[in-house]
Amino acid sequence: MKTRKGARAGQYLALLAYLVFLAFPFLWLISTAFKPARELASLHPTWIPRSPTLANFRQAFDEQPLLHAALNSLLAALGAAVVAVLIATPMAYVMARHRTPMAKAATGWVVVSQAFPFVLVIIPLFLVLKNLRLIDSLLGLVMVYVVWALPFALWMLVGYVRAVPAELEEAAAVDGAGRARTLLSVTAPLLAPGIVATALFAFISAWNEFFFALVLLKTPERQTLPVVLTHFIGAEGVADLGPLAAAATLATLPSLVVFAIIQKRITGGMLAGAVKS
Amino acid sequence: MTLASAIRRPATRTPDTGGRRRPVDHGAWFLVLPALIPILVLSVGPLLYGIALAFTDAQSGRTAPTQWIGALNFQDLLHDTLFWDSFRIGLLWAVGVTVPQFLLALGLALLLDQDLRLRPLARALAIIPWAMPEVVVGIMWRLVYNPDAGILNETLRDLGLGDGHDWLSGLGTALPAVIVVGVWAGMPQTTVALLAGLQNTPRELHEAAAMDGAGAWRRFLTVTWPALRPIALAITALNFIWNFNSFALVYVLTNGGPGGRTRLPMLFAYEEAFRYGQFGYAAAMGCVMVAVISVLLAIRLAGRLKGDEDA
Repeated sequence: MKTRKGARAGQYLALLAYLVFLAFPFLWLISTAFKPARELASLHPTWIPRSPTLANFRQAFDEQPLLHAALNSLLAALGAAVVAVLIATPMAYVMARHRTPMAKAATGWVVVSQAFPFVLVIIPLFLVLKNLRLIDSLLGLVMVYVVWALPFALWMLVGYVRAVPAELEEAAAVDGAGRARTLLSVTAPLLAPGIVATALFAFISAWNEFFFALVLLKTPERQTLPVVLTHFIGAEGVADLGPLAAAATLATLPSLVVFAIIQKRITGGMLAGAVKS
Repeated sequence: MTLASAIRRPATRTPDTGGRRRPVDHGAWFLVLPALIPILVLSVGPLLYGIALAFTDAQSGRTAPTQWIGALNFQDLLHDTLFWDSFRIGLLWAVGVTVPQFLLALGLALLLDQDLRLRPLARALAIIPWAMPEVVVGIMWRLVYNPDAGILNETLRDLGLGDGHDWLSGLGTALPAVIVVGVWAGMPQTTVALLAGLQNTPRELHEAAAMDGAGAWRRFLTVTWPALRPIALAITALNFIWNFNSFALVYVLTNGGPGGRTRLPMLFAYEEAFRYGQFGYAAAMGCVMVAVISVLLAIRLAGRLKGDEDA
């Protein structure tokens, strides 16, 4: 019994260590965002700001077009999520229900596409988009994001479709419903939560994406939030810490909120589904 | 990149109810084309184009037509010590991140699988690094590592251990410092994947082993690990690839510095392509990266399969 208690204590101690490791950089970021310049310049930084201020946030908005960048990010992420899900859902349905060479090839592509360094894809895309005059445009970026989001969107959706019993569709067909009707009135409602989760996941991924946006967007007014954030770090790597922390905190909020919403689905349902399937 | 792609094929293939063999009717094509066309045009096409570019002298902003130059780029790469330096750094970084990431994630997953009181909080916290943009993760750790105002040096000062080291600018500390960030940032996905694997292990097996008097370590070796192995292997291989190809985190933390000590291959190729306009040469770098990673993984997987046969 004694060893059992000792083991428990050890477990809690380990868990506590994990919590500190995971949480402390994040808490430091938020704390820095609310510190007045005086406290930031002090050689003995405080954990909790003594006289918290919103000045850093104000300065961040003054220094960089944050609102505009957030709007650009929102448009790119929304566009990518909606289009990706719209075109991925039908394909995922076919992949889940039919074992054809095409479905196998698509699965193979989903796997292989993970292994390629993006630089090998972005150079030709850059050239193609340049010829189409879609460099430095959100439309071009959305196109890239859609294709970039497709592998995991397909992956998630195939799992969700498999979870819908084919027998239900067969029963509807026996009842005389046509293919389109079966899909719309039987399959789609059951699939809806999965589709929403997939879209939200695509949204976060695009909201957070940096490399493609860095390469494709040149004009500051067209850049997305992650790219604009890097402007806070000067060419010499010197940064105004307060505004940097304030802007970074703001940029994280939307993803955290969305992630909190779908967290259960991701950690629970989807994973269990993917592992068991 | 994402969890969904991380989970890959199910470890065990139970007969699934959905994917039965049915002839494809022509309506299926109608369902597939909306995704298939963008994939072909914007993914498969550019990939092939990218490989082709590696055999040309393509440069940005040059008026002269692009020439086919055969394997010249690859010959140049062979003698480009800077590239091989960055390649070595990339491998160091990928191993240095992937291994601790896996071990730490395994520990956390095992803890979260227990009936502990702080579990919901721990789960929520474990997710945060995953939801954050990589750029923000980089910025955040710059604040932590800041020589004067950073919490790391402040803590060290309080403990009386050294004062004011500039972790990200030190030749010796830069790579370890960015590796710690890489581990932190990638732990959640790995934890969640392993946790899912753990929760799929039948409880009865654990109980039976415990009844037989097996200790915790023995139960782990005989029950937990065999069940977890397929998912552990898959996620580790993927993490290795993703880490080797990563960009944003280190771009924000050090931009490859100091003196190229953290210049990952992707950072090198990015500069070559978009700062110096050497599209053909950068594409060749991409090809070499894919080739070496594929060979490494193939060897690893082949070794695994052989090990399985021996077992």
